[in-house]
Amino acid sequence: MDKNNIFYDPSLKRRHLKSKLFKYFTLFSLVVSLVFLAIFLLDMVLKGSSAVQQTYIQVEVSYNQESIDSYRDAVAKKYLNLLSRAALREIPNQIQKNPSLMGTKQVLWMLADDQVDMYMKEYYYKIDEKDMKTLEELVKNGMVDKKFNTIFFTHGDSKSPEYSGILSAFIGTILTLAVTMLVAFPIGVATAVYLEEFSKQNWWSEFLEININNLAAIPSILFGLLGLAIYINVLGLPRSSALVGGLTLALMTLPIIVVSSRAALRSVPASIRQAGYALGLTKVQVVKDHVIPLAFPGIMTGNIIGLAHAMGETAPLIIVGMIAFIPDSPTSVMEAATVMPAQLFTWAGMPERAYIERTAAGILVLLSLLISLNSLAVYLRKKFEVKW
Amino acid sequence: MATFESKHKYAHLQEDVIKYFLILAATISILTTFGILFSILFEAIEFFKLKSFVYFFSGTEWTPGVENSQFGALPIFAGTFMITAIAMAVALPIGLGSAIYMSEYSTPNARNVLKPLLEILAGIPTVVYGFFAAITVAPFIVKVATTVGIEASFNSALASGVVMGIMIIPYISSLSDDVISAVPDSLRKGSLALGMTKAETIMDIVIPSALPGIISATLLGISKALGETMIVVMAAGLRPNLSWNILEDMTTVTVRIVDALTGDQAFNSPATLSAFALGLALFVVTLILNVVSVRMIQKFKEKYKMSSL
Repeated sequence: MDKNNIFYDPSLKRRHLKSKLFKYFTLFSLVVSLVFLAIFLLDMVLKGSSAVQQTYIQVEVSYNQESIDSYRDAVAKKYLNLLSRAALREIPNQIQKNPSLMGTKQVLWMLADDQVDMYMKEYYYKIDEKDMKTLEELVKNGMVDKKFNTIFFTHGDSKSPEYSGILSAFIGTILTLAVTMLVAFPIGVATAVYLEEFSKQNWWSEFLEININNLAAIPSILFGLLGLAIYINVLGLPRSSALVGGLTLALMTLPIIVVSSRAALRSVPASIRQAGYALGLTKVQVVKDHVIPLAFPGIMTGNIIGLAHAMGETAPLIIVGMIAFIPDSPTSVMEAATVMPAQLFTWAGMPERAYIERTAAGILVLLSLLISLNSLAVYLRKKFEVKW
Repeated sequence: MATFESKHKYAHLQEDVIKYFLILAATISILTTFGILFSILFEAIEFFKLKSFVYFFSGTEWTPGVENSQFGALPIFAGTFMITAIAMAVALPIGLGSAIYMSEYSTPNARNVLKPLLEILAGIPTVVYGFFAAITVAPFIVKVATTVGIEASFNSALASGVVMGIMIIPYISSLSDDVISAVPDSLRKGSLALGMTKAETIMDIVIPSALPGIISATLLGISKALGETMIVVMAAGLRPNLSWNILEDMTTVTVRIVDALTGDQAFNSPATLSAFALGLALFVVTLILNVVSVRMIQKFKEKYKMSSL
């Protein structure tokens, strides 16, 4: 622009530059958050991918009375330190289950010790010199191999990292979430129906609403304190059980379900209700037969999101004791149980290096479950969405 | 006619029963709030019967589980404050910047993709963030610090603070994006027509208009950071440490609550009960933050006559 122009602004160039820089700053911050997400996911995949395989060693196992008396006699002494103790301990059980094995010798792929596994995966390992020589010879003869890690999906927790799996925590998660949803779903939907369809605008409904908003923002650990003080100390329910964990999570999930169910109910147009009244239906009939069925997909979506939320929660469950060592899957809600996030927390705190890859693998399992649940919610919303 | 009347009566009774059932269900949420308040309050009172109330808020020695144990929570509050401050220093600029980009610069289609993508960050379980902080971020910070010749702890406040900040980004960006998008377009157009640049319009017109909503999002973020447990349990320290050095290990209220309740002390011992005193402090502070946050967003809604936010 000409300097003689009366609109000439000497600072214009600087202002435009500033404007551009500002835009780049906002773009930069968005990119940074997405890069964080990418780094994080990549890190988990890199750390967890090695847990897909587990090392096995081909050895001769003798099934006889001596092996039953002491599993240490089942294999040649020089292999003893290279094999998984937990797997060797199973040998007497195998004979009990299948008596025809008795007195035979079999060449089998036996689970290797976690340090051997770490060596094979080129992580930091600790194996003494003598065992190392045996191992190197075994590797040279092709007697050591990595196979798909089925143990991770079929076993519970174990003190030996190579023998530990996510199954008991998975079952615990299912039991806990079953309790959570059985409690939170009816109460949450009923609360939403009351607030949206029945309550009048007065101090009571306002108080309820403020209260639910606050409940949604209370730190989750405080729900754990509630569970400990009321469910365990006052009501005397069993500590560490899926029942107590599920009830604690139910109270946490409640506000999520209430808020999303209310939104779903609100989206049903008033004309539906008015048509019902015009035909002589009572309020309950209108709500039960017309409003709720129409709002149901939305209510389900909210419930699934609430469920996913509860699935990832750890802190309150630690407080009510759900970090116990659970090698066998719980069979009822009264038994001590652990859930997947709590299991990951326990593993992350273990000193053995082999638990790190298992934690990361468990994280990948948990994340894929959460992503599936959330995708299901999105799918349901898209499929049943009604444009009024 | 008689049958019709009795049917009518029955229907009324049914209506009433269902209505009372619904009221009962709604009451449970209130019972929960009071349940939390009273269960924490009663145990906290038990604690303050045994130990000094004043010293709890002003003392600097926290030595549970020993003879003549001291419960001065000041270093714990300081650590919580420090880690929260680090988290907000990460989350606020990045979250707000992302929100401004999504609502002011990107196309609606891009926004529909970007927003859910950012919200994935909020859906990741906190135990996963904790693992990331402890296994990846903390050793990285130690490595960087050592190369420049400073000493850093493996349980540094910085590691847990930064990761917590990443977790809070979507809480800030999502709500801020909603309120910024809700600012009427006439304001922007008026400003641009007067010759202001786009950045000036955003900084001087749009952001001040959306400020109550942004403050509300920030308060919500702070409340999330104060109450966050798993990240700090896994990545921050256990040692109450009154220090300004963010590379040192620090502890937080939530870490001490978990520590006190997972130990094998008797339930009535002051060491265990101290968890409830800390819980009470956390409850009160987060409640105030939440109430103020909700008021702020309500003000914003009233100002622009919005019903859905």
